[in-house]
Amino acid sequence: MENEKHHIVSYSTYLLILALLLVLTVVSVAVTQINLGTLTVTIALFIAGIKSALVLAIFMHLKFDNKMYAFMAIGVVLLIGIMIFITFLDYLYR
Amino acid sequence: METHRDDTASKIGMWLFLLTEMLLFGGLFIVYSIYRYKNQEAFHQAAHELDVVVGTVNTAILLISSATVAMSISAIQLKNKKFALFLLGTTIVLGLVFLVNKYFEWGIKIQHHIYPGSEVMAQRGQGDILFFGLYYFMTGLHALHIIIGLVFIAVVFARIWNDKISHDNFALHENAGLYWHLVDLIWIFLFPLFYLIT
Repeated sequence: MENEKHHIVSYSTYLLILALLLVLTVVSVAVTQINLGTLTVTIALFIAGIKSALVLAIFMHLKFDNKMYAFMAIGVVLLIGIMIFITFLDYLYR
Repeated sequence: METHRDDTASKIGMWLFLLTEMLLFGGLFIVYSIYRYKNQEAFHQAAHELDVVVGTVNTAILLISSATVAMSISAIQLKNKKFALFLLGTTIVLGLVFLVNKYFEWGIKIQHHIYPGSEVMAQRGQGDILFFGLYYFMTGLHALHIIIGLVFIAVVFARIWNDKISHDNFALHENAGLYWHLVDLIWIFLFPLFYLIT
């Protein structure tokens, strides 16, 4: 029983993404060894964000699957983001 | 006998479960960010005590293992059973290496009496206690997920070996892959938060 068409991702695509992820890891380690003050946190989390987007889109097939999965995942990420934002509003202005 | 199968439903179920996992760790990240905000100097100093090299090696190990799991799903779709088994075997070995590294990392910390509830920790400040409490809890919960993921992948390995999973029936394989990627995804955030941001 075939429910939906399956996209076969080539090995080379996965290897390319892996190489990108490893390079980004090295970059984030290198950048955080330099003292940039508060900018360090922003850069490290920005790179982690790019890495997780690559894993979600390619490794977890969100790019190729029914868009419903991507919407659900983005929804949860937004929810966590909103929770962090609201919690900080509370701590900053109490 | 024809058995009923619904691959789409099983995948949606897996995704719903993964989303609750994201919320579980998301909650912990909120706790981490608030405590970090309230104890900036202590978190800054305590993070220096973690070994960046071990953290970086473990990051690379998890990223490679994620790629091999993803490739094994392509291999099974291309009817290349042997290569799929080889890739899954590689993933299991890499997952075990990750756990061994974690064992030594924790072991050294505990030898130095840095663990929640120790006398050395009691003499240090509130911020240090919070940092290492979160460190042990979050990396420990993550390691538990690695163990569960390894068992899951071992089951998939056995079922491919027995031809129960094949090119037209690999929903379980795909779900095991999704779970493993989630474990990788969580580590992508744990690594900078505990090892890099010093």
